[in-house]
Amino acid sequence: MESKTPIVEIEHVNKSYHRGTHIIPVLVDITLDITEGEFLALMGPSGSGKTTLLNMIAALDQVDNGIIRVGGIDITGLTESELAAWRSVNVGFIFQFYNLIPVLTAFENVELPLLLTGLSRRERREHVELALQVVTLASRMDHYPAQLSGGEQQRVAIARAIVTDPTILVADEPTGDLDRVAAEEILELMDRLNRESHKTIIMVTHDPRAAKKARTIRYLDKGILNNVHPQAAP
Amino acid sequence: MYILKLLLRNAFRHKLRTALTILSITIAILSFGLLRTFITAWYAGAEASSANRLVARNAVSLIFPLPLSYKDKIRQVDGVKNVSWGQFFGGIYKDEKNFFANYAYDAKSAIEVYPEFILPPDQKEAFIRDRKACFAGRKLAEKYHWHIGDMITLKGTAFPGNWEFVLRGIYHGRDESTDEAIFIFHWDYLNETLKKTFPRRANQVGHYVVEVTDPNRAAEVAQAIDKIFKNSLAETLTETEKAFFLSFLSMAGAIIMAIQLVSFVVIIIIIAVTANTMAMTARERIGEYAIFKTLGYRGWRIAGMIIGESLLITMIGCLIGIGLTPPTAKAFGKAVGSYFPTFRVEIETIYMDIGASILVGLCAAIIPTWRAAKIRIADGLRRIG
Repeated sequence: MESKTPIVEIEHVNKSYHRGTHIIPVLVDITLDITEGEFLALMGPSGSGKTTLLNMIAALDQVDNGIIRVGGIDITGLTESELAAWRSVNVGFIFQFYNLIPVLTAFENVELPLLLTGLSRRERREHVELALQVVTLASRMDHYPAQLSGGEQQRVAIARAIVTDPTILVADEPTGDLDRVAAEEILELMDRLNRESHKTIIMVTHDPRAAKKARTIRYLDKGILNNVHPQAAP
Repeated sequence: MYILKLLLRNAFRHKLRTALTILSITIAILSFGLLRTFITAWYAGAEASSANRLVARNAVSLIFPLPLSYKDKIRQVDGVKNVSWGQFFGGIYKDEKNFFANYAYDAKSAIEVYPEFILPPDQKEAFIRDRKACFAGRKLAEKYHWHIGDMITLKGTAFPGNWEFVLRGIYHGRDESTDEAIFIFHWDYLNETLKKTFPRRANQVGHYVVEVTDPNRAAEVAQAIDKIFKNSLAETLTETEKAFFLSFLSMAGAIIMAIQLVSFVVIIIIIAVTANTMAMTARERIGEYAIFKTLGYRGWRIAGMIIGESLLITMIGCLIGIGLTPPTAKAFGKAVGSYFPTFRVEIETIYMDIGASILVGLCAAIIPTWRAAKIRIADGLRRIG
């Protein structure tokens, strides 16, 4: 049997928020390995800590204690500036509300992460066109987000996420703002990226249909990670 | 190029808001430019004064006269080339609003010590020959449609009565800064009339204009003149023409100070207007800044976007304001031509406009930049949706 290396290693991570004098635990002693090429779905009720955990894996938020390693690098020890540089290379983001810049065209939105690299203008163009071809939107590269449907905007966001060929893709409710057909298309696309391009995908979702596309599902409830749905537990 | 494109598109995302902000900046820069030009014009006479002329006046105050007899003693001072004498007349032409500077000067010597007033030789002759003659600057003659030979009546204020003059000459300035709105007539005409009407005021002059042989000796000559009249009934204060003008202008120092203050208040107002626009912009775009941060853009790049947009908006307003200042100043100068020798926008004023705009752009971006830099990514992303 083939043994896969973990690309993400989470060890005893805790996180809590302070509301006045109250301390609200959000994540409690989370330990999790995510292997390279995995498609993991994180499920759980609202407020269970799914997005917080995803933000920490993507270095958008800081842990209180514990260690998170991505590609062998302990990201909990990096400075803000180092984290920014690290994110630009290692993480592709897909958000519920697409988060495209409205004054930029689809092409320019996808080009945004590449501006931080040393690529020439011609090289950037090649990368952007390739990424837009992958999401089958090459013909609409000159359209502004407002001229695209929700599903198309999310495909542009996916193109932006993959254009730098990052180590991991993180998706926070990627189908949460889409109708059924568009959601299905996005999930198909993510599935294809995982199967054909072997992209490691970590997805937070409420939607059981979306979670079904994932190879692994983990559940969070009140900040505690489970292997099985809490309601299904004996 | 990409960044400039992004700045331009961001700046005009809310077209009406940006247009109104640019309009405010344009009006402010125009006002600032005109106020600075007014201040420059106010001091233009002093700046244009000759280095080889001294003015001797009563040491107590400008309003006290000096005896006519001083002229011979001043002439004898080593380093003095020529002496003229005169009196500010303060006459009104038809209506008080028709203000222009009018002086009584010793005719022959005045023409010699003021070579910057260019009069054709025949007009010069005609002026010197006729005791009731006067000459006026080109701007003044144009404004009141005066022609050679016209009879001009001034109503005296300090010297009561109606004073009639015949226009014998119209001068033009040798230099661009020469005041072309001055009216000069014979001091003898004034003096002889005073002998009949106010004998006590006769044979007295307002000031002496002393031409020196060498401008480098001006201070020494001034000291020598004042020394002669020390402990007399009318001590003199002799100073360079520039210092004389400045002391004359200092009487209106509070007004100039107020105008200077207003010009800076205008800048503070546009800082507030632009800062408000930028603060609204930054508040609306906090989510976008969080996205940029998510993608790996560091704080200084986001700061650059905000500062760049702020500078872009202010510089557009600034350039339009600068473009409008010279024609507005020209129109304004035409309307107030008799008050100022020149009303021209100086290059220093343009530099001040640009400097002020950069200052406005930077100051307006401080708080939005600080807010955008401070926002945590997770908090910024939560504001989207």
